[in-house]
Amino acid sequence: MINELATWFIFFCPLLAFIIIGMVVWPFVGKKSKVSGYLTIAALLSSTILSFWALGSVIQNGHALEFESHNWLKIQNVDINFGIMLDGLTTIMLVVVNSVSLLVQIYSTGYMKHDGGYSRYFTYMSLFTASMIGLVLASNLIQMFVFWELVGASSYLLIGFWFNKPAAAAAAKKAFLVTRLGDFGFLLAILYLFFNSEAFISNGLNPFEVIDVNNAVALGVISSSVAGWVAIGMFAGAMGKSAQVPFHTWLPDAMEGPTPVSALIHAATMVAAGIFLVARFFPLFEASKEVMMVVALVGGVTAIFAASIGLVQNDIKRVLAYSTISQLGFMMLALGVGAYSAAIFHLFTHAFFKALLFLTAGSVSHSVGGTFDMRYMGGLRRLMPWTYGAVMVGGLSLSGIFPMAGFWSKDEILNHAWHSSTVVSDVVFWLALAAAFMTAFYMFRAVFMTFEGSYKGGAKSDPDIEISVEVTPHESPKTMVIPLIILSIATLLVGWLVNPLTNIGSIPMHWFSEFVHVGDGHEKVLAFNKMLAAISSLIALLGILLAYLIYVSNFGIFKSLQKTTSGVYKLLMSKYYFDELYEDVIVKQIFYSKLAAGLDLLDKSFIDGIVRTIDRSGRNIGRLIAQLQTGQLQGYGVVTSFGVLLMFGIYLIFR
Amino acid sequence: MGLQQFLIIGAILFFIGLFGAFTKRNTIVVLMCIELMFNAVNLTAVAMSRYVVPYNNNHGVLIPETILTGHIFSIFIITIAAAEIAIGLAIVIALVRNYKSVFISDAKELKH
Repeated sequence: MINELATWFIFFCPLLAFIIIGMVVWPFVGKKSKVSGYLTIAALLSSTILSFWALGSVIQNGHALEFESHNWLKIQNVDINFGIMLDGLTTIMLVVVNSVSLLVQIYSTGYMKHDGGYSRYFTYMSLFTASMIGLVLASNLIQMFVFWELVGASSYLLIGFWFNKPAAAAAAKKAFLVTRLGDFGFLLAILYLFFNSEAFISNGLNPFEVIDVNNAVALGVISSSVAGWVAIGMFAGAMGKSAQVPFHTWLPDAMEGPTPVSALIHAATMVAAGIFLVARFFPLFEASKEVMMVVALVGGVTAIFAASIGLVQNDIKRVLAYSTISQLGFMMLALGVGAYSAAIFHLFTHAFFKALLFLTAGSVSHSVGGTFDMRYMGGLRRLMPWTYGAVMVGGLSLSGIFPMAGFWSKDEILNHAWHSSTVVSDVVFWLALAAAFMTAFYMFRAVFMTFEGSYKGGAKSDPDIEISVEVTPHESPKTMVIPLIILSIATLLVGWLVNPLTNIGSIPMHWFSEFVHVGDGHEKVLAFNKMLAAISSLIALLGILLAYLIYVSNFGIFKSLQKTTSGVYKLLMSKYYFDELYEDVIVKQIFYSKLAAGLDLLDKSFIDGIVRTIDRSGRNIGRLIAQLQTGQLQGYGVVTSFGVLLMFGIYLIFR
Repeated sequence: MGLQQFLIIGAILFFIGLFGAFTKRNTIVVLMCIELMFNAVNLTAVAMSRYVVPYNNNHGVLIPETILTGHIFSIFIITIAAAEIAIGLAIVIALVRNYKSVFISDAKELKH
């Protein structure tokens, strides 16, 4: 059974790596020192082992492990504690974050080999992993918020890793600002809980403890409308971090960072923080039907919206970025229809196959000389067999084809949406089904454009990239291929092995779904729906077939669909003009010319007015008094002698 | 003729001088008015010396060291007035050279 200190060390290992690399290795050993990579890997390896120990302990224990929380601050009579919450959800997140992170770090030692900022890269990566672990371990809302923001900050550092590239610097800023906008809602939710702290304290609860907040509605401490507002605030934060519409614009731009960063942060772990937050406070969300409806609708709209943009992107990383947004939408949708375990299951499987897909994208780009534009790739199937195999596993999983991980989790989400009987869940079911079709199509469009046909020159033909050395396509080095193989195996296995339909050896039926409920069992696990699985698989296969017909076969009608002039294409290519809407309409026309101009006017007329009045009145009083100083000695004499007379008179009277 | 009459005349002379010094624009007239004030003070001092000083001891005996105090002060003041008028006229000459006028109102450099 794991103890508290060991659990803390899951967090401290990467933190120590961050401190040692940042303060010793980077400045003193060297900017390109190999030590930094090895240190990070060692730290994450120990964290991973500890995480599996934690997972085993929770399984063995049968319910959440409870550790005492420690007092951190006291504001009036509200205690702010910090501590560890080790339940099914936390341990699953720990395992996902640590194992994916470990594989990505191993891959990075190959991918970043020639980069001048090698030590800096691993410093930031360790900081990110430490903050993500801190976030999932947190037992207190304030503690969680601190790590939530740290995750955002390290994401900023990593997106802007190549900060001398203007696009990367801008993308980092955009990601930070957009997620901050959502975080403002999260902060308001915390403040609203603080305002209601009296009700909590009089019932012996703490307004910031996760468990107490979740129990508050059931115990009648706060009304469901208060819970609803708190949940909406938290959901705003989750929408920012998980790139849900309309806060999705930062994620595709975040692809300016190094590819392993995209794989770890902007696909597998950090963006899942929003899902994690909603899952963590699921009882609070469940208390209000309206909030659940909003969550489901936002998720459903995001799923189909991002998938449709993904249909036309030419940058392989952007295809994957939109796919990530779409899949996060799936998870939100699942949470919205009450399918808590299905959402976490999808988060779990998605982390593996999306990291896999991103790493293959990096491998491909590495091989063709640095470009990510699929129009200049093609024909890589024979040249990169391992990468091709990995991308097939990842792609099939993303499309939801049996027996890959994605099939099981996506099917479970669809099943829950189907069985939930509200109007919203019906709507989002069809949205999800349509999104599943698009997902299969765009994924295999990317696969076919990259690996089939003839090679189109790679970075050499990409006008946006200047290459210094001639590169011929080749398989990537071992450090990059091995993580791909491990992730492929994981993708093949985790779906049916972790959440099996029947008892497999010592793994009981629906183990995962039952496990994440450790602590609170409030949702029935649905039986596998064969009909629905068949339909969704058929739809995914249709998507793949369509992609094949358009991009590989030479049928005239389908070939013509590649043409890129239609209005729909233009709309999708410009991402529904969201960036333009934000930049030109909201920022420039509303923010700059209305709000900022109005405040500017207020500043200039009212606030400056007060200052100027004070300034002027001083000057005017001075001028008035200056009138007395005529320079005429006779005048002064008159005043002086009258003064003397006056004093003499006073002396005489009061003698 | 008693002390009172002398004091009244002295006061009248002093205030005529004061009034003239504050109201006249011509610097020379102002200097003359200042002389008038000096003389009013001289008159008062001498009158005081004559009527007040000899009787200011308890036994009606004159004290030789104090009997001429007022007179000596007058002579002192006349001496100082002579020195003062020399400086005053020098200032008047400087004024005339700088402002081409003897009017006191033209010298207003100290104005704000």
